[in-house]
Parts: sequence; structure tokens; C-alpha cells
Amino acid sequence: MKVRVLVRPKEGILDPQGEAVRGALPALGFGGVETVHVGRLIEMELENTDDVDAMCRRLLANPTVEEYEWEVVS
Amino acid sequence: MRIGVTVFPGSNCDRDALHAIELMGAEPVELWHADADLKGSDAVIVPGGFSYGDYLRPGAIARFAAVMGPLEEFAIVGGPVIGVCNGFQVLCEAHLLPGALLQNTHMRFACDRVRVRVETTETPWTSGCELGEELTLPIAHNEGNYFADPETLARLEDEDRVVLRYLENPNGSMNDIAGLCNEGRNVVGVMPHPERVSDPVLGSDEGMRILQSVLAEARV
Repeated sequence: MKVRVLVRPKEGILDPQGEAVRGALPALGFGGVETVHVGRLIEMELENTDDVDAMCRRLLANPTVEEYEWEVVS
Repeated sequence: MRIGVTVFPGSNCDRDALHAIELMGAEPVELWHADADLKGSDAVIVPGGFSYGDYLRPGAIARFAAVMGPLEEFAIVGGPVIGVCNGFQVLCEAHLLPGALLQNTHMRFACDRVRVRVETTETPWTSGCELGEELTLPIAHNEGNYFADPETLARLEDEDRVVLRYLENPNGSMNDIAGLCNEGRNVVGVMPHPERVSDPVLGSDEGMRILQSVLAEARV
């Protein structure tokens, strides 16, 4: 099966990357963008989902500064 | 005294660290990431660089290298360990130090010489410094912006665990933190590079104030 993991900065954690993208959009003429947060998308093909939470906690995300969610996509 | 230097794929300050150890009159020991032991090291330096290409997050993959198992055991029983730059990031990822190093707030790679103040001499890596001593050390990082939750940050301050503080903050680091230590005080992480100023031929040997401190830990 295929699992999609989404990792992003925790609420309130400074996100310089998102802030830079937010600043760049108006430069291209896209107005009205209030906030941008940049995260990471990880797709894995695996036999079962037993360990996905552990994988997220131990490696894919850093729980100190990031949060994650995952779903089975196929 | 034998001082080990871990080498991961992508480490790039390991040679400088080994050279500094030689200048200190100690025995440098190269510790390959796949090594299963610390080869009798009395202290360990986790050097800077871009271990595993900084993939995923700086230090995230290095922390699971084989050599990290014995290193963690050594740290837990009080062995002196210092992580420099990427080494600091590795020690945070390994939970040997609290918090995390985020991207610099200004989004630029910070490459400079900065002034830092020694905030505690109660660690094996600053015991030879004077309290409040100011040092000029090089920095070279993209993720040096120290972050910890408010409780952790308060604990670090209350327990006198901030080791180095920037006089002028170059990266957005909380409380101007440039270096800190663990609860046992034997594990230290610093963003500035003492090994890059360890020989007068490099323009300065002020970094030796930090590195040489550990010689006092030598077993008699």
C-alpha cells in the first residue's frame, strides 16, 4: 500500500521558508496571501502501516518542532 | 589522552578537529560512522559538515549511524562530548541535548566571525576558560537558530546550562544561545567552530580555549 506523510512546522514555530515564500508571491503579482507554511511530503510504499507512527516520531518528523499526519492513499 | 572524532559521510570539519587534537598534545582517533565502538576514546568531538547531505533535517540520519550507539552510552555515563555546528544538530536529533536548530531567521547561510561570551565554566569543554570571557569564533551554518519550548529554555537558564552566548545574534537563536550543555554537563553543543581557530597559522588559536579545556579530564 501507499502511504502519504505530511510533516510541517508546529503552530507558532518560526518558519523562515514559509515567510520567504509569502514575501515572494506579491512580487509575482499574487496579492492577498496572508500566511504560507512550508512542510514536507513523504510517500512510501509498504506492506502494512503498523510502524508508520513510529517512523514519523523517530525519523520523518522532529516532534520538538514539527507535527505530522499520514494517510493511506492506495 | 585519546580524543575521538566521528566521521560521517559529509562531515567536513573532521580533519580540522583531528589536527587541533594533535596540536593539543592529545592522541587523535578517527571514528568512522560504521564503527561499533569508540576505540578507547576519553572524549569525543562530533564535527561540523553536512552529514548525509543534511537530507530530511540536519543530523536526522547521522543520529542513527552505528557509531552513535556507543557514543550515546559514553555520553550517558558522563564521557565528555562536544558537537560543533552539524555535530550540535546531530546531538539535538539524538536527544542528548534538548531543543532543535532551525533555519536562520534571515534565510541566509551565516558565514562570519562572531563574538561569544563564555557563560559557564562548569563543563569539561569550558573549564579552562574564564567566566564571562569573550572569544571570537567562526560560524558557518544555515540552521543555527536555536529553538526550545519555554519550559526547556527556562530550565537551561535556571540550571546555568547556556555555555556560549552571542554578543550579536547572527541567526535568530533564542536567548542568543550559541552553545549549551546537557543536564549532566558533560555533553556540549556549540554552533561556532573552535577547531577552525586552533592554530596561529589559521589567524587565531582562540578556539583552543575551548578544546584544550578537556585535557583536564585526562585520567591520571
